[in-house]
Amino acid sequence: MSSEVNAAENYVEKPRTLAELRAEIASGRTKAANLVASYYDRIAKINPRLNVYLSLTKERALAQADRVDQAAAKGDSLGELAGIPVGIKDVLVMTGAPATAGSKILEGYRPPYDATAVSKLEAAGAVLLGKINCDEFAMGSSNENSAYGPVRNPVDTERVPGGSSGGSAAAVAANMAVATLGTDTGGSIRQPASFCGVVGVLPTYGRVSRYGLIAFASSLDRVGPFAGNVRDAATMLGVIAGHDAKDATSSPAPVPDYAAESDKPVEGLRIGVPAEYFAEGLDAEVRAAIEKGIEALEKAGCTVKKVSLPHTKYAVPTYYLIATAEASANLARFDGVRYGYRSPASETLSDMYSHSRDEGFGAEVKRRILLGTYALSAGYYDAYYLKAQQVRRLLAEDFQRVFAGLDAIVTPTSPIPAFKLGEKTGDPLAMYLADIYTVTASLAGICGVNVPCGQTKAGLPVGMQVLATHLNEGTAFRVARAVEAAEL
Amino acid sequence: MIAKVTVEEVVRVAELAHLKLTQEETVHLRSDLNAILDYVAELNELDTAGVAPLAQMSELPGELGDAADLSSRRPDQVQPSLDRATVMQQAPETNQVLFKVPKVIER
Repeated sequence: MSSEVNAAENYVEKPRTLAELRAEIASGRTKAANLVASYYDRIAKINPRLNVYLSLTKERALAQADRVDQAAAKGDSLGELAGIPVGIKDVLVMTGAPATAGSKILEGYRPPYDATAVSKLEAAGAVLLGKINCDEFAMGSSNENSAYGPVRNPVDTERVPGGSSGGSAAAVAANMAVATLGTDTGGSIRQPASFCGVVGVLPTYGRVSRYGLIAFASSLDRVGPFAGNVRDAATMLGVIAGHDAKDATSSPAPVPDYAAESDKPVEGLRIGVPAEYFAEGLDAEVRAAIEKGIEALEKAGCTVKKVSLPHTKYAVPTYYLIATAEASANLARFDGVRYGYRSPASETLSDMYSHSRDEGFGAEVKRRILLGTYALSAGYYDAYYLKAQQVRRLLAEDFQRVFAGLDAIVTPTSPIPAFKLGEKTGDPLAMYLADIYTVTASLAGICGVNVPCGQTKAGLPVGMQVLATHLNEGTAFRVARAVEAAEL
Repeated sequence: MIAKVTVEEVVRVAELAHLKLTQEETVHLRSDLNAILDYVAELNELDTAGVAPLAQMSELPGELGDAADLSSRRPDQVQPSLDRATVMQQAPETNQVLFKVPKVIER
């Protein structure tokens, strides 16, 4: 491991839990105002190296911390996240604060409203520290596609934190926030959580409102939390989940007490291990670490059986056709007319559109818009987009069949640990292949959790992905807790 | 074997997407699209005759929990929207009511 700043300064082995901190704030032993000040001090010290935060929302944070301290002093009831410092991925809007989506095309943009997930956090007492760096428009697996520079992995600053929510994962790993929000379209919460050694949650599609999320692919996008441990992540999900009238795809299902669910023992649970995720391309050390995790589950009383998800190999092409097609539609709104970057000195409206977009979007975003436009264009729609939607159903049916006899499925989250900055960016195909383990669950709409599961010999974190069926996050948390408890 | 993408097709698709590409960008993007589309040709290995496309996640069993009613429609009532002045503050060019843009039609 190499870095100018001592890696130990960046990466924090066992930070305080959300529950501990909240108890201290509620009792008055710790002032929320002092806690948030200490987080801003830490951010000032290590953000220049890690490039996690793009902007800070100090005024709003300090006002909230004061409110919490006053309520605590009076003995008023406090929200579940009272005083807890939280960071927000820069694809989620906060009124008046920058929302760049990691892109130049939104430089200077100030949204006039809050995302629902953001409002819910604040209503629960969370102190929102600022906006966090990510791959541009959430497109990427390494946080190297941000127009504002890459984020560095706190465990080894020469390596990527993963993406697209690389900043959100790194923030928790480096204790620059107690918890953060990220988003996951094809793995963008789970994979960076795995690279940085933290817990990341993929909620069921529709579990958390997408209102206020700058859209990438509307049938795939999910908002979810990162935290330093499973119970904290479950608490965070409980706060942001729930039906929202402003998101027509949000689920009306009631929200259980996820933290309590995660406390339940796993004895008797049936765990599936899909053969397709343990084949060629899986790093030997990652395999070994995951196998130890599976052993831990067996010791805890789970029955483990091998299963097959036969359409797995078709998941990545399916994902890239659907995600890029939907992205090409969602990013059509960035045209220089109403907000964001407008290219100067265009003679005609048409030129203004194309110059603004060409100058404002990065290379990967343009690539995906073009692929998506191509996949939807006349003559290709049936062969590409429609075909992908059909294969999507086959993938979803693979999971349905297998879950009929199982409670959860476990896999490695990523076939490889965190790679070095610049190592993969030359070859778009290599980047796409690393998505295999995560896009299947994205396409099927099911939920999952990345839980840290050991390390490689070089000290790089390995993550296990625990998948459960729709709206069964509780089961995923339970299994993840059992892996966490093994302290691998 | 999927037909290779031509430079003309890249330019046409770029026009559809309102992206103005440089010569160099066009060349790079053509080979990127070709590489990715070869990979995508694998989907043609699958027989999907009679398989309904999956477009809405809410139709999957279990997605909505126990809710029998698939529609979460709100009553058809006018609700306040965003404050105009706040929105127009974000406009690159405006007269506070309309967004100003370069001429729409070339004479």
